[in-house]
This record gives sequence, C-alpha cells and structure tokens, in this order.
Amino acid sequence: MITCLGDMLFPEVGVAMVRLLRRLGVQVGFPEGQTCCGMPLFNSGYHHDAALVAARTVRLFEGADHVVVPSGSCAWMVRTEYPGLLKHDPALRAAADSLARRTRELSQFIVEVLGVTTIESPFKGKVTYHDSCHLLRGLGESASPRALLRGVPGVELVELPGADECCGFGGSFSVRLPEVSSSILDKKLANVESTGARCLVACDAGCLMQMGGGLSRRGSAVKAVHLAQVLAGEVEG
Amino acid sequence: MSDALLRTPFPERAGAALKDTFLQEALKIATTKFIDLRKESFAGFPQGEALRDRARAIKEATLQQLDVHLERLADNVERLGGHVHWASTAEEAREMVLRLCRDRGVRMAVKSKSMATEEIDLNEALEHAGITPIETDLGEYIIQLAHEKPSHIIAPAIHKTKGQVAELFSRELRGEFPADPEVLTAVARKALREKFLQADMGITGANFAVADTGTVVLVTNEGNGRMVTSLPRIHVALMGVEKVIPSMTDLVVFLAILARSATGQKLSSYTTLVRGPRRAGELEGPEEFHLILLDNGRSRQIASTLREALYCLRCGACLNVCPVYRQIGGHAYGYTYPGPIGILLTAMLKGNESVRELAHASSLCGACKDVCPVRIDIPRMLVELREHLDREKIAPWTERVVFKALRRLLLSPTAYRVSATVGRWVQRPFVRQGRLRGLPLVFGKWTKTRDLPPVAARTFRERWKELR
Repeated sequence: MITCLGDMLFPEVGVAMVRLLRRLGVQVGFPEGQTCCGMPLFNSGYHHDAALVAARTVRLFEGADHVVVPSGSCAWMVRTEYPGLLKHDPALRAAADSLARRTRELSQFIVEVLGVTTIESPFKGKVTYHDSCHLLRGLGESASPRALLRGVPGVELVELPGADECCGFGGSFSVRLPEVSSSILDKKLANVESTGARCLVACDAGCLMQMGGGLSRRGSAVKAVHLAQVLAGEVEG
Repeated sequence: MSDALLRTPFPERAGAALKDTFLQEALKIATTKFIDLRKESFAGFPQGEALRDRARAIKEATLQQLDVHLERLADNVERLGGHVHWASTAEEAREMVLRLCRDRGVRMAVKSKSMATEEIDLNEALEHAGITPIETDLGEYIIQLAHEKPSHIIAPAIHKTKGQVAELFSRELRGEFPADPEVLTAVARKALREKFLQADMGITGANFAVADTGTVVLVTNEGNGRMVTSLPRIHVALMGVEKVIPSMTDLVVFLAILARSATGQKLSSYTTLVRGPRRAGELEGPEEFHLILLDNGRSRQIASTLREALYCLRCGACLNVCPVYRQIGGHAYGYTYPGPIGILLTAMLKGNESVRELAHASSLCGACKDVCPVRIDIPRMLVELREHLDREKIAPWTERVVFKALRRLLLSPTAYRVSATVGRWVQRPFVRQGRLRGLPLVFGKWTKTRDLPPVAARTFRERWKELR
C-alpha cells in the first residue's frame, strides 16, 4: 500500500521498498486503484467520508496475503480504525478485520513476518531514528526499525534525545496551527542536530515531510530519509 | 477566563504565547522536570501498570452507579454531622457558598488549591460580595497576587519564573526579595500565617470522596490544605460529582498512582482525610462541615462521547507531555482546564461550540493517553469531538467544503491521478532548488518555516510500470 504522500511526494520511498522486498524474496503487487488511507478525513472528524474511503480500500486489497505500508500512521489507520469505521456493514466489517490482520508497517513486516533483522545494504554512516507517534504509541512498535538499522553493517545508530516526542506534524494540525507546529519542530530538530548524525531516519511520510522540510529550510547537512531507503541502499550516508 | 481573551482567535493566543520568552523558559524547565520525575517513579514501580488498569476499572464501575455512590456518600457525611448540598450549576454552587458566608457572618475565607472552585469562578463571586478569599497554596497565592488564573491543573503558577515571582512579591508584599525559592516560600508562609488565624471559613476542593465512610480526601504538598480544613470554624469542600469512589480500598489504588503521575512522588507530602466536623472530645477541626456536590454539566455526559473524561483525576500528567501545551502553556487555551484533557472538559462544561478551535489543538500524538493514570483515550475522544463539530455544523463551512472535496478526490482514482498532474503544473512558480517555498493561501504559513517536497515528476504509480 503506497498512500497519498508516499505516492505523490516521496515516490523514491515506495521504489526502495519494492526493491527491498523483492530482494527479501517477496512477490510484490500494487493495486493501482488505491489513493489514500483516509486518515486526513478521519482525524478531522469526517468519519462518514473516511468510511467510504476505507470501504474502497479494503476491497482493493482483498487478494493479498500481506499488505505492507511504508508509513506507520497509515498502517495504524487500517489496523485500528478501519474495522470500527465499517462496523455497520457485516461484509465490509469482515473484510476490514481481515485487512487489519494482514497489514503491517514495513519494519514490522520485515521483522515479524519475514523474521529478518540483518539486511545487507551498502549504506554507510551515522544515523538517528525518530519514533513516529502512530507507529510507536498507536502500534506499539519501537524495536523493529532500530533492530533493522543496527543490522546494517555500515550503520552507526545514535539514539535521538526525545525520540518518542511528536515532530509537530499531526496532519492538518500543521496547517491549522503552523506556528505551534513549527515550534515543536524546532525542538525536535535541535535534538537531531545534537546527535551529529548525517541522516534522520523515520518510518512515516508525514514526519519525513515535516522534519525534512524543516531541515532543508534551515540549510542543515542532515537528511531526512525513510528506513526503506537506508535498507535498500538507495541513499548515501 | 475573560471574554476579551476569548474573542482573540485561538491561533493568535497560541502565537502570543510562543513569543513570550519568560513563558517559554518556565514551561521548558517545569514540564521537562515533571516528565522525568514521572518516568523515574513508574520505572521503579512495576505494579504501577496493573494499578492503573484497576483504577480505570473502579472509575468505570463507579460511573455506572454514580447516583448510588453519591447518595451513600451524602448519607455518611450527614451521619458524621456534616451538611451536604447538591449544586446543578456553577451558579447554584456559588450561591450556596455565598449564603453560608452571609448567614455565618464570614468576612474572610482561606482556600486550598481547587480547580472546582476555579471552574465556578468562586473567588470573583466572593470578592463581589465583600468577602476576601485568600489562596494558601503557594502557586495559587502567586497567581492571586498577580490577578491571574492557573495555567496548569496542579502547578498553577508554572508559567512564572522565579525571577518574576520575586518581582511580584517585592511589589505586592513590599520588600526586596531575591529570586530564591526558599526565601520566597518563607515570605508567603509568613504572610499567610496571619490570614489562617483571621479566616472564618476554609474552602477546599476534594481529590476523592469515599462513599462508604463519608471521607473527603485532599492530596497536597504544602500542608496548607490541612490547615484550611482544621483552623477556621467552617469548612466547605466543593467537589465535582465524579470524584466519588466507593471504598477506602479503592482509595489506596488511586493514591498509589496519583502522586506518581503528577509529580513523580510515591505519595504527596500530605494526604488529608476529613470526616465531618469536630466531634465532642476532639481538639481540632471545624465546628461546621459542608460538602457541595457540583454537577455543572457532568452527569449529562455519562452516556456521551466524553464519558471517559469523567475518569480524570486532575493529575496534570497529560499537560506535561503534550507537545502543544509545552509550547503554549495553559492560558492560551482560554478556559479553566488547559491541555488535552482540558479541551474535553471544556467541551463538557461549556458545550461543543466553545471548543470549535481547541478541538484541533492537538497533533493526536497520543503521549497524553500513554501517561494518563486511568488511561483515558484522549486522542480518540478529540477525534470524536471533531466528528461532532462537523456533524453539528460548528466547524467552519469552508473547512467542510475542503474535506468534502478531498473525499471526492480520494474516492476516484482518476481524479486522484489528475490531481498529481494539476499539482505539478500549479506548483511550478514556487519550486526553488527542488523544494516548494512561499506557497500562497493556507499553505503560506506552512512554507514560512518549512519547505515542502514538490509533487514528484513521476509519482510512484507512474514509476510502478517499470518496476513491474
């Protein structure tokens, strides 16, 4: 599942994910009718509208054994919110439950489903990792991305102070309250720069857009990259 | 809070808070300290997680029979010689206190920290009636001197630096006081000691009230609460109806997690248990004890979206970890209860209309839910609150139009594909070195501080054909 931001703004992340999964022996498909998981509608309270998007999405992915998402928040949306949104239609509810069971965020899929923690990647460099809120607190995942980063021989992982704190994105929050959002971001980026890492790794398109946008604006040497890009060796450290 | 403040839109109130360097310094120090203390405290307390589950279950079970527990509490308080008053609204509660003051010739009342009295604007009502309220909690005393409102549920003066407090005390209490917390505390202590001896009435809130025993429980750190309940001849305790718990066994569960969540202490310095007025043979305690049970919109929420907010212990942990609260502090929210739980409580007490903007003052990061001692799912309730705002057409029509358009886009793969092409065309004037800057309209403020990646020359789905 390549959701909206990933598709339009970060296609290289999706490409890296496909190459990586293939290298790990996974047969990858891409239902072309997909658009967005519906989370922007859901979070702003447009639940009826989000349910219509969810209903489309559960049908599109019915044929897949596993559904892999390179974004913790979209994976969270599918796994924890779809079943509730579609509870009024028994058939859709069943399809949503099934999709929820089959869906994993990328790092979780690699570690839990494939049982892999060591990936040969040419990537070399010092990196730090930001816990995306929905992956960390929504899906309870903090170990898999770190394990995968440590598994790359050339990676030196430095813990980010306050790694579990929000980057200030929050979807429409960053548009509704841009100053507050930026102020949260400033603190995050000061922590990032204190680590001396060259790459800031995250597993969510939203956080990467926010943190990457802040880093590039301040002319920082630190690059915001997706875990898939590091594991696939498609960025330089 | 003042209407003038609320007339300023929330984003502007928040913006002003961001520019207040004193506030920023105070918030950073205080919230970080609270977060670390809480974390340490629970790290050394493995049974804490199970106790949190237990506490949540007690709250839920109590809500299911709230009327029964309240009746039992009232019976037991009366059996002990106390008086119980039921207040449906803030106005009724204020009237009850004022009537007591009038009937008993009260001129001055000392108070221990209570958010319930803040909620009903009791101090203003007392002053208006010619009765002097004196806050005796240090933080509350500070903000009373400064003519301000609390900006945090348990640390009301969290927005002030010690330098500001020294200035305030020097001006209001006439002296030259250094920015030394110990000196300043001693100054307040001396000033307050006289007031305790003069006051005719002590007013407190209640952290809990135990139905089985008629006990009102106060959790404090300064000992002032104990003096407020025992020195003046009349003690009035005002509590929200949701503060009742069934038994002393339940109380133990809450006490084990409350102070840990709030300040990282195993227990607060003082846990005061009050059972009615002074009895024959007792040396201290008030002659009269009154308990006011305040509803003020609470009971109508028992069957609503906001139900879980009635579990709240008012520990303030969700404020300390909230990225928004940590940036803007409590005053910018504009109402008695700030922070993530405050948004829900404001909706509960003041209606959905009042949180039209505040409902969106959260990135939904979930840190609040993680630290809540009774695991209130605040982010979920905020999202549900937003749903109500949309359904009740409280959300601005422009916003509703945008989201309906977004829905149409997301439901049509063709429209979605075309939007990428349109996006690439529209963004052309704003691309600088591969990044979007200086976008117009709603994105203007986004790109004021951050770059945006442009819509890619080829989207993933366009590249998929080669990947296949």
